[in-house]
Amino acid sequence: MTSTTPLQDSVTIEAGHSPAGEGHGDFRLFGLATFLVADGMTFAGFFAAYLTFRAVNPLPEGGIYELELLLPTINTVVLIISSFTFHRAGKECRAGQLGASRLWLAITGGLGAIFLAGQMVEYFNLPFSLTDNLFASTFYALTGFHGLHVTLGVICIAIVALQTRQGGRISASDHFGLEAAELYWHFVDGIWVVLYGILYLL
Amino acid sequence: MTLANPSDFDGNLQPQGWLRYFSFSLDHKVIGLQYLVCGFIFYLIGGALAGVIRTELISPISDFVSRETYNEVLTLHGTVMIFLWIVPVVNGAFGNYLIPFYVGARDMAFPRLNAVAFWLIPPAGILLISSYFIAGAAAQSGWTAYPPLSLTTPAAGQVVWILSVLLLGGSSIFGGINFIATILKLRRPGLKLMMLPMYCWAMLGTSVLVVLSTPVLAGTLILLSFDIIAHTGFFNPTMGGNVVVYQHLFWFYSHPAVYIMVLPAFGLVSEILPIHARKPLFGYTTMVYSIMAIVFLGLIVWAHHMFTSGTPPWMRLFFTIATSFIAVPTGIKFFNWLATLWGGKIALNSAMLFSCAFIVNFVFGGITGVALAQVPFDIHVHDTYFVVGHFHYIVYGGTVFVIFGSLYHWYPKFTGRLLNEDLGRLHFLLTFVGFNLCFAPQHWLGLNGMPRRVAEYDPAFTTLNQVSSVGALLMAISTLPLLINVVVTAINGKEAGDNPWNALTSEWLTSSPPPVENWHGEAPLVTEPYGYGQHQETKA
Amino acid sequence: MPIRTVLAVLTATTALVLTGLWVGYNVNMLPLGASSNASTYDDLFKVLFSIGTVLFLGIVILLVYSLFRFRRRSGDLSDGLAIEGNLPLEIVWTAIPAVVVLFVGLYSYDIYERMGGMATLNDHMAMDHGAMQQVSVKEGDTAGRVWGGIGVAGMDAAPAGPVLPVEVTAMQFAFIFHYPGSDITSGELHVPTGQQVELRMEARDVIHAFWVPQFRLKQDVIPGQPTVLSFTATRAGTYPIICAELCGPYHGGMRSNVVVHEPDAYDNWLQQNTPNRTTT
Repeated sequence: MTSTTPLQDSVTIEAGHSPAGEGHGDFRLFGLATFLVADGMTFAGFFAAYLTFRAVNPLPEGGIYELELLLPTINTVVLIISSFTFHRAGKECRAGQLGASRLWLAITGGLGAIFLAGQMVEYFNLPFSLTDNLFASTFYALTGFHGLHVTLGVICIAIVALQTRQGGRISASDHFGLEAAELYWHFVDGIWVVLYGILYLL
Repeated sequence: MTLANPSDFDGNLQPQGWLRYFSFSLDHKVIGLQYLVCGFIFYLIGGALAGVIRTELISPISDFVSRETYNEVLTLHGTVMIFLWIVPVVNGAFGNYLIPFYVGARDMAFPRLNAVAFWLIPPAGILLISSYFIAGAAAQSGWTAYPPLSLTTPAAGQVVWILSVLLLGGSSIFGGINFIATILKLRRPGLKLMMLPMYCWAMLGTSVLVVLSTPVLAGTLILLSFDIIAHTGFFNPTMGGNVVVYQHLFWFYSHPAVYIMVLPAFGLVSEILPIHARKPLFGYTTMVYSIMAIVFLGLIVWAHHMFTSGTPPWMRLFFTIATSFIAVPTGIKFFNWLATLWGGKIALNSAMLFSCAFIVNFVFGGITGVALAQVPFDIHVHDTYFVVGHFHYIVYGGTVFVIFGSLYHWYPKFTGRLLNEDLGRLHFLLTFVGFNLCFAPQHWLGLNGMPRRVAEYDPAFTTLNQVSSVGALLMAISTLPLLINVVVTAINGKEAGDNPWNALTSEWLTSSPPPVENWHGEAPLVTEPYGYGQHQETKA
Repeated sequence: MPIRTVLAVLTATTALVLTGLWVGYNVNMLPLGASSNASTYDDLFKVLFSIGTVLFLGIVILLVYSLFRFRRRSGDLSDGLAIEGNLPLEIVWTAIPAVVVLFVGLYSYDIYERMGGMATLNDHMAMDHGAMQQVSVKEGDTAGRVWGGIGVAGMDAAPAGPVLPVEVTAMQFAFIFHYPGSDITSGELHVPTGQQVELRMEARDVIHAFWVPQFRLKQDVIPGQPTVLSFTATRAGTYPIICAELCGPYHGGMRSNVVVHEPDAYDNWLQQNTPNRTTT
């Protein structure tokens, strides 16, 4: 039977009331999550390339895989802590404590900046440059692509922090921007942990 | 991104009438038609490029264009046809037009992202084509851009090519995210997943493939551009790089790309056949599961493009078996379509002619495909005209035939007017004969020693190449009745009415063309999109 | 189902299968076969061609028959039967392709093994002392690693005896053949019938592919990743060597010949072309 029963909760199309927006629930986070799956696949491709290179392409003489561990390990800890501080910022925001939320956001952004600074220090102290050998190229490509993500994340955090001020777009009830930035930040952190594992520890 | 109300879209800021097709419209129907027309323009360009190839191959010596130009032409032909015609049209055009109807929504989940996805395409296409004129030399390394060849051919053209494909990949990913969100999240209340028309399932599967595989291509091309611009050595053997890794990463996208091109076509055929055969789609559930199986298997078969690339034996074996098994879910779909026709009341109009010819062509291409999956078979014919013939049977005989069939089927919905059937049959006849004349002989050529992508060949192959070129000429001529048909019927075609095919899916349960908000009243709940024949049964 | 229908279906199926077999085994689509691999390949081709013909004809006949028999008569606006599926039937046509594909897969695996495709390439290189002593490929060096191809061991009906090694260098736009045993360098490949030849191939610039249609063999020649290709020629004659991988503007012109000699004629060729015969 083909039934064409009318829609129960009618979808109004009056001006200003969107049937696809508020009425339907918000799936922008769902869209972002799907995008992050795609983004994660880009990293997966890079990781696969790196692991294959490493397994089958011997480095020329003098090439090494060993990297200084201290700085990247500190960086890893910094980034993991920043995930928790961001989580805290989100909690405060939902509780209506916008001031506290802003403070935690600032801490998170600061940790992100420390990570980037640490990355820069590491770059300047490495014994190899971009085109030295396959490992060097892959190292810079992977960490650089991730660093780009962190940079974007820090910018997002700054924007979100500004929006939590009085009269900004973010409030206790409407905080999509903050949640999106948080999801993205956790993703970037997760990628780093994998990257740290296969690039530095392996 | 805010989720706007479709009725806002036609506010004062939005142009009215035909002008809206040149605007940043957020209406999914406008965007769908933008994709369709834009894609068709690129089809004509890609067809002209194919004309250059077939003209060059009339004689066994390289005498029509220079060898460098020939390689540019074949590179552009492949890239244009895949990334600017088939993928945008079979996904973007019909997907955007139909999916919101099928899920009972007024628009896509993210209308602005949707418009952005479309408007990435014209600049990317213009960039690609203009590289031939501006950058001095367009990319010459084939649509596969294998290094080290792509590192040694003129760099400017190759970089422009990479940039263009990255933009098109981005467009494709945005589209995929939008389709997934629309199909999973935007369904009207009461509409369950297993009530959706088959095209929704096909688009869901396709979009999953797009989201999982396109980013890998993007990452790979970024690495390739580093090799060209920054002189890194990822894929450069003189610097210790590995050229085969590029092939793995490339085909990790480009094999699923085949399913990105044919799965939506499967979906469209599943809509067309039941309506014109007046029968329910046979085996809905197995159709859904076979789409899922194709998506899964499609992700793990890429290395069958690399059987002669120095892949280790175990890999050759694994990919042979995985590839062969794709024939099983695909076979289910074809048998189900045949069963849909069996016992129906079939109207053999232009839409059906193209759809049924699709079955014939695709079965042929599928059988050669299973043969190609067998390593020992492939070792002989890999990179020959056998493969060229095979994949044109899949993407042209498969998908492009379905695009044409869909055009005859949905044109009345787009415009409110029916396309002329006589011109339609002429279009079909020329396309079908031309297509088979063009591509069937290529299988023999490949088996007997003609490699692909050559401007010159063994004079023993002249006759069949000329037959093939005559076929290509017929295909070129076949666009004329289509163009005349579209123009003439747009001016004074037969009024179609709202539902000329007496169909049950929800895009037909509104006026033709539909209003901005898709239905004048509330969205209908179609629980059985293929419920043909049931009313009579109760009467009888 | 009435007995007449059953009989008609059975007759049609039998006729179809017989037609397919006849087409597969009598329509020749392949060039002359000139290696021991060619006959194996042609067996596989005939099987695939037969199966393909049966499936293709079967589906097309069913389709055309349905389109004719179930065509809509003019004025008939009614619907067809409301049949939404038939699980046993669907299981049958899931099982049939699965069985066919499984059979084809196993059969082609067998063929591939007979071609030598499953031979472990690098182990073989280390064990094959006879050839190795002459060639002196940098042993132990990673550069001597073979990345893929078809090795010597396991060749079906491969003649016993020494393997003839030939080093192949591919470049834009030519193949160069070097015979390490007698230090001949040639633009054409000369091989005797009845002896296994092992091509050790590497490209100098971009990827090329070595293809001899009459041998039914092809292998990419890759810069930085040596590959091997083994075969035994069985029929004297001159056959084309074709580059099958796009390698630049003159890709279409990148061709050479393989000249297959009878063993005596090959020895002659070898003696006439070996340089510095006095020193050996």
